[in-house]
Formats: sequence, structure tokens, C-alpha cells
Amino acid sequence: MRPFTTLAAVAAPMDAVNVDTDQIIPARFLKYPRSGGYGGFLFHDLRFGDDGSERPDFVLNQEPFRAAQILVANTNFACGSSREGAVYALADFGIRAVVAPSFGDIFHANCLKNGLLPIRLPAATVAALRAALHAAPGGRIAIDLAQRQLTAPGGSSHDFEIDPHWQRMLLEGLDELGLTLTQLAEIEAFEAGYRAARPWRATLMPGP
Amino acid sequence: MTTPRTMFDKIWDAHVVQARADGTALLYVDRHMAHEGSHHAFRDLAARGLGVRRPRQNFATADHYVPTTGRRAADAASPEIAGMIETFDRNMAVTGITAFPLGDPRQGIVHVIGPELGITLPGLVIACGDSHTSTHGAFGAFAFGIGQSEMTHVLATQTLWQTRPKTMRISVTGRLAAGVSAKDVILAIIARVGAGGAVEHVIEYAGATIRAQGLEARLTICNMSIEAGARAGMIAPDDAVYTYLEGRDFAPRGALFAQAVAAWRHLPSDPGAAFDREVALDVAGLAPMVTWGTSPEDGVAITERVPDPDTLAGADERESARRALDYMGLVPGTPLEGLAIDRVFIGSCTNARLSDLRAAAAVLRGSRARVPVLVVPGSTAVKRQAEAEGLDRVFIAAGCDWREAGCSMCVGMNGDLVAAGERCVSTSNRNFPGRQGKGARTHLASPAMAAAAAVTGRLTDVRRLLGGA
Repeated sequence: MRPFTTLAAVAAPMDAVNVDTDQIIPARFLKYPRSGGYGGFLFHDLRFGDDGSERPDFVLNQEPFRAAQILVANTNFACGSSREGAVYALADFGIRAVVAPSFGDIFHANCLKNGLLPIRLPAATVAALRAALHAAPGGRIAIDLAQRQLTAPGGSSHDFEIDPHWQRMLLEGLDELGLTLTQLAEIEAFEAGYRAARPWRATLMPGP
Repeated sequence: MTTPRTMFDKIWDAHVVQARADGTALLYVDRHMAHEGSHHAFRDLAARGLGVRRPRQNFATADHYVPTTGRRAADAASPEIAGMIETFDRNMAVTGITAFPLGDPRQGIVHVIGPELGITLPGLVIACGDSHTSTHGAFGAFAFGIGQSEMTHVLATQTLWQTRPKTMRISVTGRLAAGVSAKDVILAIIARVGAGGAVEHVIEYAGATIRAQGLEARLTICNMSIEAGARAGMIAPDDAVYTYLEGRDFAPRGALFAQAVAAWRHLPSDPGAAFDREVALDVAGLAPMVTWGTSPEDGVAITERVPDPDTLAGADERESARRALDYMGLVPGTPLEGLAIDRVFIGSCTNARLSDLRAAAAVLRGSRARVPVLVVPGSTAVKRQAEAEGLDRVFIAAGCDWREAGCSMCVGMNGDLVAAGERCVSTSNRNFPGRQGKGARTHLASPAMAAAAAVTGRLTDVRRLLGGA
């Protein structure tokens, strides 16, 4: 996984509440392998008209937001479907961090597995960030993950919280599965105790 | 004296392989379910040179992409979609996972067949690459949706790293009126809590109304927990669950089943157990619900009117509602009842079990649908049961299209789509823009309400057709 340490980049505001992962990537694109890239699918039906041309009113079709690497969104961003394609689409487009008052739980977890940093900040703070980005498009937001700090275009700093486990995984670009595979002995010990404590559970894990 | 624990606490605590000081835990996953949409995970697993660590604890079925007009990959809407089904079959052959492919009598929507086959059991941690995995919590399991990376992690280790969620108890009281069902209850709950109201929480549904619900109704309620943002939904198991599970294909048998039931009886939350949040809802006066907008939180009584965005608190909420009404082609103040519709979909992991089909058939019996109606059973077993009691004849006589089991028009991945601009009354779980097809306008409702809309060609208070209201 690509490590996330610091980032200073153009941020795009997205004001809608409850943006669902069906909007981020419509279901019909989920059958494609990742190797072809998912960036073109990002917000597809909001970004492109029926003839495939760009919708000029969509934020990521406007300068300077085309180059955005940070998205500043609203409450319950990326709710709904568990599709990790939503994260693939954001990441392949070039988005490296999303700031919002709250996220869909599954999307939040999916971000952490793909080096995309989800930052939760109070709703008023996020609203002020969006307002600043609307007022002065092209404003850059700086993020320092080690310090857990976000600096707004105007210079104000905001501390954010992130679970230390995921902070370390992101900072070091660690592969979570690779780490767990080193702990298989502990998992096996757990399984043995688990079967013994409740014999019927053994029927849940027959065979290998 | 031990601290009283919630059902969620008990299940979580029993599955912690490793607890970290920072609050995250490596959680053991008893059973994992996959489907054709899980292809990224199988590719990832193969690329890493890994196999499935515990094949017998993993199950899979073909549901998202399967045709509903036939039972062969060749029946799929396009060669690309057929390819998804073929890829699934190949992945299953390689990994040794217990699979119920297209054509198998046990095939169906993963959240319908889990309970049917006894894969879903009380006290288990269940994960699946689908957000509606919350469904399985209706039997007293901690069941949640995961992404593809987490799927790979489960396949390779049978565990997941998880942050402990908070708990929310939703207590529902009051007797449901005739024509009002579990779907109306959960739509009312989501309207109350909000689409993001339960984010980072696990919901336990409790109260006399919940206890009085049949198992299929409980599955419907837990199914839509994710539409309130919850990590999972759960209901304390009881004798109805144990009776249902006994003898199912993948449930414990004989003396072990008795031991299991004895253990399951300790699962319900202890008296005095503390929840992080409590919500109470009285549904005695609840009317059948329907959604007007593009979020599942947009549910109102069928007797109400399309709301005026200007009355909402918050500029972003007002603007989101305006966009929703524009997408839905609706004007504030319009009565919902009487709104002309173009199509009806009866199906999905929310409402395609036998009791759902019975409720729809009861309304359609002896009538003729005025709009195209697609009826898609939740599983091949449900289809057989429905046909055994003649429900298929009722639907066909009413002019409905009686199909084979799958996710179908809930998400449209198999090509069963609502055309742009069409207004569809759907028993599914999401009214997101484009969910049922690009430009499709979805109104979520119960099976009885969907059938009522089919009969009149308009949004209709089903209580009128039942002789009430």
C-alpha cells in the first residue's frame, strides 16, 4: 500500500449530504478488473452526460478542481453499498484524502485498506472548509498524518482523530493482510479454545 | 457481580483473537459468504499466492449478476455479465468453497439463503462483501458488510481487524395496523434516525412489536439497518429462531444442536445492560410508508404530501432535497397517494421471502396489474415454495412477470433495469439516483403497497384495497 505521510493539495468541495457509493461509482462498472483503472468511472453519471460529454456544473469538471487530490464532503459521505470500487475510483482519479463530518462505515474501512485517508472533523469545521474552497477555488489544504493535523487554506489548523492502528498502517504503507499472516499461530490457538469452550461450534469449522 | 452486557458485547467478546491497546481487535469470523461480485478478492488472493484458509467456513452463491429469465450463464443479458457468472464458477472450483451456483436448488440471494440453509446462526460473527449482510443479525448474529480487501483478509485468515462499534437500542412498541408491515416499521425508523444516524453503531431492535414479528419480518428490519448507517442490526434470538434452524443443512445436529440452543439462550442482552444510545418508537398509529426522495430516510406515510425543501433545517439539506425532487420529477405539496407510476418490482434481500410474496399476492389476487410488474423470488427455494402454494398462478393471472431468483432490479447488475424517467414502486432497499437504472425513479414500499400500486397504476394506500382506511 502506498504510504500516506503528508499532503498539500487542491481540495474540491462537495456539498450534498448522504452521497452514496452508487453515485461515486454506478453498479454497472463494478464488473471490470482494477487493472484497467477506475478513475474514469468516478461519479460517472454526475460527471458525464448521456452522450459522454462532461457536465460543466460538476465540481470535478471545473478548474482548478480537476487537479484536486482532496475532497471536502458532507455528512454520511459514501453511505450505502459496500463496493470497494468507490475507493478504487477515487484513488485512481487521484484523490488521496476525503474530509467529512461522517462516513459510511464500510467505505471508511475500505479507504484505510487502500491508502486513502478519511478524515472526520466537526460539521461546522467541514462546512467552513467547503465555504472557503467555494470562495477561493484552488485553495490548498495541508494534511500531516503523523501530527493528525489538517491546515485549512486560510491557515487555521484542525486536529483530527484516527485510530492509532490505522494511522500506523497508513504512515508506513503496511499491508494489513501481510501483518496478520505472521500471527496465524495465535489464530490457531484461538480456534482450538473456541471449539473446546462450546462443542457445537466445532460443527462450524469441520475439516481443514 | 459482573457488569450486564449487551448481546453485541457478548458476541464481540467471544470472538476477539487479539485485542490491541488502541481499541482495535482481530475478530474471528465464523462464517463468510461471497457472491459473483466478490471477484476482486479472489483475484487478489490468487495474486498473493494464497488459498482459502478455512474453506468449510466460507459459502458462496450467484445472485448479483444472474439472469432471472433462465438458469444458464448463456441466459445473461450480455456476454460481459455471463462472464461474471463463469468467473464465479471458476473461482469456486479453485478455492473449494461450498458454492450454490446458478442452477443449484439452493441458489438465491445470499441474505435469503443464509438463514434458509442454517448458515446463519445465533452468536456468530458473519461477514459478506455486501452491505445488506446486516440481515443475518435477525437471528442474533453480529453480521456486517465488508469490502473486497477485507474479503481477501477473511479468506486468507478467517479474521478481520475491527474497531469496536458503539451500541444503539431501538425499542419499538405498539401494535401494527392491518396493511402495515415490517418494511413500514424500518422505513419509519430510518426516517426517524436518519440515513447517517446510526453510523459507527450496531443497532439492537427490541420491544414488544419486534418480539411479535415473524422471522422473515425480523430479517426485513435488520436488512435495512445499513440504510440508517449502522454497522449491523440485530434482534435477540428466541424459540422461533431455534425451531426454524433445527435440521437446516448447515446447522448443528442432534445433541450438538441442543447444546447450541442452551448456549444461545444466554445471548440476549442482560437486564440493565447499557447502550450508548436509546431510541423509542411507538408504531401503533403507523400508516403504510413510501419514500419520495433519493435517500432511504425520505420515507413518509402514504397519506402525506411531497415535502417542501424550504421547510428543512440546514442549507445543504434543503439543496439536497431540491436535487432529489428534481431527479424524482416531483413538486412539493403533491399528494403521494394517486401519483402515477410506470412499473413495480417485488423482490430483493429486503422483501422477497415467502411471507412477502404472500402479502403481495393477497392484494393482487383476482386483480389485473395496470403496469408491468416483475416478481423475483429471493431464492430458488422460495420460488418452489411459492409455486407449491399457487402464488405464481396469482401473479401470472394478474399479468405479472414471474421470474427466477436473484438480486435483479434492486441493483440492475444483471440487466433487469428501470428505464430513465420511469417511476418504479420497489420493495427493495435503496432509492439512490440510478440505483435501478440510470435516471430511474424509485419509491420504496412494502410488498403489499407495491402490489396495491400495481393494481391501480398509482401510489395507493393498500388499506383501501384491504377494506380498511
